[in-house]
Amino acid sequence: MRWKTVLTLGMLTAMIASGCREDSSAAAKATDQSGAKNQLTGRLTLTGSSTIAPLAAEIARRFEQQHPGVRIDVQSGGSGKGIADVRAGTADIGMASRALKAGEQDLEAYPIAADGVCLIVHARNEISQLDNDQVISVYTDRINNWKQLGGADLPITVVHKAEGRATLEVFLSYLGMENPAIHPDVIVGDNEHGIKTVAGAPGAVGYVSIGTAEANISAGVPIRMLPMQGVPATTENVATGRFPMSRPLNLVTSASPAPLSRAFIDYCQSEEVHDLIVAQYFVPTQR
Amino acid sequence: MTDARIRQRIRDASATVLMWTTATLIVCVLTCILSDILVRGLSQLSWTFLTAELQDAGRSGGIGSIIVSTGLLLMVTLVVAVPLSLATAVALAEQTRTRSRFTRMVQHSLDALAAVPSIVFGLFGNAFFCVLLGMGYSILSGGLTLACMVLPILVRTTEQALRAVPIEYRHAAAALGLSRATILRQIELPVAAPAIAAGLILGLGRAMAETAALIFTSGYVTRMPASLLDSGRAMSVHIYDLAMNVPGGNARAYTTAAVLIVLLVMINAVTTLLTRRMAGRIRDAVVPEGSR
Amino acid sequence: MTSLWRNILSPRSGDWWLRTVTRTCAVVSAVVVLLVLVFLTTEALPALRRIGISRFVTDEGWYPLSDRYNMLPMIVGTLLTTTGAILVAGPLGICSAIFAQFYAPPSVARWYRRLIELLAGIPSVVFGLWGLVVLVPLLASVGGSGQSLMAASLILGLMILPMVALTAGSAFAAVPPELIRGGAALGFSRFAIVWHIALPAAGSGIAAGVLLAVSRAMGETMAVVMVAGNVVQIPDSLTAPVRTLTGNMALELGYAAADHRSILFISGLGLLVAVSCTMLLINRIAGAAS
Repeated sequence: MRWKTVLTLGMLTAMIASGCREDSSAAAKATDQSGAKNQLTGRLTLTGSSTIAPLAAEIARRFEQQHPGVRIDVQSGGSGKGIADVRAGTADIGMASRALKAGEQDLEAYPIAADGVCLIVHARNEISQLDNDQVISVYTDRINNWKQLGGADLPITVVHKAEGRATLEVFLSYLGMENPAIHPDVIVGDNEHGIKTVAGAPGAVGYVSIGTAEANISAGVPIRMLPMQGVPATTENVATGRFPMSRPLNLVTSASPAPLSRAFIDYCQSEEVHDLIVAQYFVPTQR
Repeated sequence: MTDARIRQRIRDASATVLMWTTATLIVCVLTCILSDILVRGLSQLSWTFLTAELQDAGRSGGIGSIIVSTGLLLMVTLVVAVPLSLATAVALAEQTRTRSRFTRMVQHSLDALAAVPSIVFGLFGNAFFCVLLGMGYSILSGGLTLACMVLPILVRTTEQALRAVPIEYRHAAAALGLSRATILRQIELPVAAPAIAAGLILGLGRAMAETAALIFTSGYVTRMPASLLDSGRAMSVHIYDLAMNVPGGNARAYTTAAVLIVLLVMINAVTTLLTRRMAGRIRDAVVPEGSR
Repeated sequence: MTSLWRNILSPRSGDWWLRTVTRTCAVVSAVVVLLVLVFLTTEALPALRRIGISRFVTDEGWYPLSDRYNMLPMIVGTLLTTTGAILVAGPLGICSAIFAQFYAPPSVARWYRRLIELLAGIPSVVFGLWGLVVLVPLLASVGGSGQSLMAASLILGLMILPMVALTAGSAFAAVPPELIRGGAALGFSRFAIVWHIALPAAGSGIAAGVLLAVSRAMGETMAVVMVAGNVVQIPDSLTAPVRTLTGNMALELGYAAADHRSILFISGLGLLVAVSCTMLLINRIAGAAS
C-alpha cells in the first residue's frame, strides 16, 4: 500500500515536472530564434544581500533570455554571506547592500544601483520634520514623547535595525552615533518588517529604504516619510545625490573575475536594466 | 452524601462547559487566522497564478515553478525520512520492556535534534550537503536537510504508534507462528497506521513550513527545476521573501500562503483516507465485535 | 526443538535481517545527530576557546561588533517565551485533545481534529505575518509597539498548540478501551473517567508531546523574530520586547563574521544542550515515577 502511494506520488510529480519542462524548453527555443547573436555560455552563482536578490534575479532572467547558454542562479542569505562566499569561491559574484569595509579591500565592488534611507513615522503622526539633534535625542531616549517635539501626547516607540544590517550602518554613520548608545523599543530585521512595525504602532519612528517606503505608501500603508535636513525623501533626490543618507548596492567579485561574471556585471551596470532597477524601487546609478 | 453528589455534579458540568469553551475558543482563533489568509489570498488566485512563471520578483506572474520545487523537495524528504524513521521506530519499539542503553542513546540524540533551531539546520545543510558533499544549492540538499529536521518528529510519533498496538495482537500472531517481519507488516503497521499518519502530517507540515533551513540549502532560484540538482525556491521561502523583502509583495504572499494551506489540506485528506482504509480493513479482521 | 527454550516473541533466525536493517537505520538516525553536533561544535569552538564561557554572562550588553557578548538577556528571553508558549498551548492543547476524545460527538470530533491538523500546517512565516499585521497592532492599542513577550508567547503558543493537541490525542487514543469501559461500568462520571483514568494512563504520552512542543518552541525562529520586538534586554513586563537566542541567530547570522559568527553557533549549541538536559531530567523523573 505504502509503496503504491509513493509510486503514485512520484509518477504524478514526474508528470507535472516533465509537462512544465516542455513549457520552459519551448520558451527557450522561442528566445533562441529571436536573439541568436551571442555565444556566452556557462553558469554563474550569486549569493548575498536579500535586498539586492530580487533585483539581481530579475536582471539575471533578462540576461538568460538574451544568452540562452547562460544559467544564473541567484541565492539570498545576507551581505556577509555574499562576501564570505566570494572569498571561499562558492559564489562567482557576491551581493552587498553596502560599501566594502576596510578589511574587504581584497575584493572588487561594482555599484549597480543606489538606495536612500529615510525616517518614517505613522501616517497619523503630525510631526513634519526632525533635525539631526532631535533624531539623536529620540534614539538615545533623551526625548521619549512626541509632545516634546511639538506633536501629540504619545510615547515614542523607537524602531531600530539589528546590528550588522547595512541600513543601520548608513543611519548610524550619518548621525555619527555608536550602536550601544541607542535605546530602541523594537528591533527589526528586514525593511518590510520595519514598515509593518511602524504602520502598526501610531507612536513609532523608524528608518527604512526610501524605495520600499514609497512603494508601501502608494499601496496605502499608513506611514509617512520625513525629510532629512529639509530635503524631501524621494528617489529623485537620491538619484541627484541631494539626499544625505544613501548607500550603494554592490556586486562583489574577487580581484580577477571570470569573463562571464564580467559580462553580467557590465550588463547590470548598463542602461538596459534601468527599468528593472526602478521597478524594484531602487535608483539607477549615474555613470 | 447528597452534598457530595451535588458538588460532583457541578464539577462535571463545569468540566463539560470548560471543554466546549476551550474548543470553541480554539476554533474561533483558528477561523480568524485562516479566513484572514484565505480572504486576502484567494481573491488573487487563478489558474494562471498556479501555473505561470514568476514575474517582477513575484509581484506578478505565477508560482508554477515554485509549486514544482516544493513538491520535489517534499518528495526527497519523504523518500529519505519515512523509511529511515519507520525502521528506527521499529528498532526502538522492539525494546518495549528492555530499555537498553542503545535505545536510550538513540532516543536522547533524537530528542536533542528536535531542539536544533531551523536556521542551524540550514547552515549545517549548507556546510555538509552543499559544500562537503558537493551538491551545491539544490533541491536534493534542501530535501535532505529537511529530512534531518523532521526525523525526530517522525520517529517519535511512529514509535509511540507502534507501542500503542495492543500486545495481545502480537501474542496471537506469534502463537500462530508468524515471523516478526510478517507481524510487523500485516498487523502492527496497519493498526498503527492512523497514528503514524498523524505524525507524518505533522512532519510534512513542518517541512512545508520551513524557511530558514531552505534559504541556505535549496536556495532562492525561481526557474523551473530540471533535475534534483537544480536550486529551487520553496513556497514558504517565497512567502517570506514577498512579505519581508519585496515592497508591495503582501498580496501575493497571502495568495501563496493560501495555496500552501489548500495543498496541505489535500495531502491531509488523502493521507487520512488511505490510512483509514488500511486500518479499517485490519480492524475488521482482528477485532471481532468493534471494540473501538 | 531449541526454539522451545526461547521466549515466544523473540526473533527467529529468519528475522535477523529485519533486526539488522532497523537497527542500522536507528544508528544512521543517531549519526545524523552526531553530524549536526560535530558541525555546531567545530563552528563554535574558536570563540569558546578565545573568549571563554564566563564572558557570555558578565559582559555589559550584547554588542558583538564592539566585542561585547552578554547573552544572558537572550537566554532569559528564550526561557520566558517558551514558558509563555507552554502556558498557552499546554492547557489548551490537552483540553482540546480531551474534548475531541471524550466530549465531542464523533462527527464534530472528526472535523475538529482535521482543523487542528490544518493549524499544524500553517507555516511559521504565515503565523509571523499574521501576528505582525493583525495581533501586534491589537496589542499596540493597549500601549507600546505591541511587539512584546506577550505577542511572542501567544504566537508561539498557537504554533505549538496542534503539536500538543495531536500528540495528546494519540496518547488518549492509546488508552486501552477496557479501562474506560470499566470506569463507565462502575458509574464514573465523564469527568472522573478523564481525570482519574485517561489522564494518568496517557500521562507519559502527553508529557512526550509537550516536550516535543517545548523543543519546537525553543527552536522556532522566523515567527518569533517578526513579533518579539528583539531588543536585547531582560523584559520587566509582558509588554516589553524580548530577543530569543534563535531570533538573535536569524537576525545576525547573515551578516556575522569570525568571532561573532562563532558565538552565534555557541548559542545554538547551548540551546541544544539545554533541551537535551531537560529531556534527560524529565525522562529520569518519569522513570523514577513509574
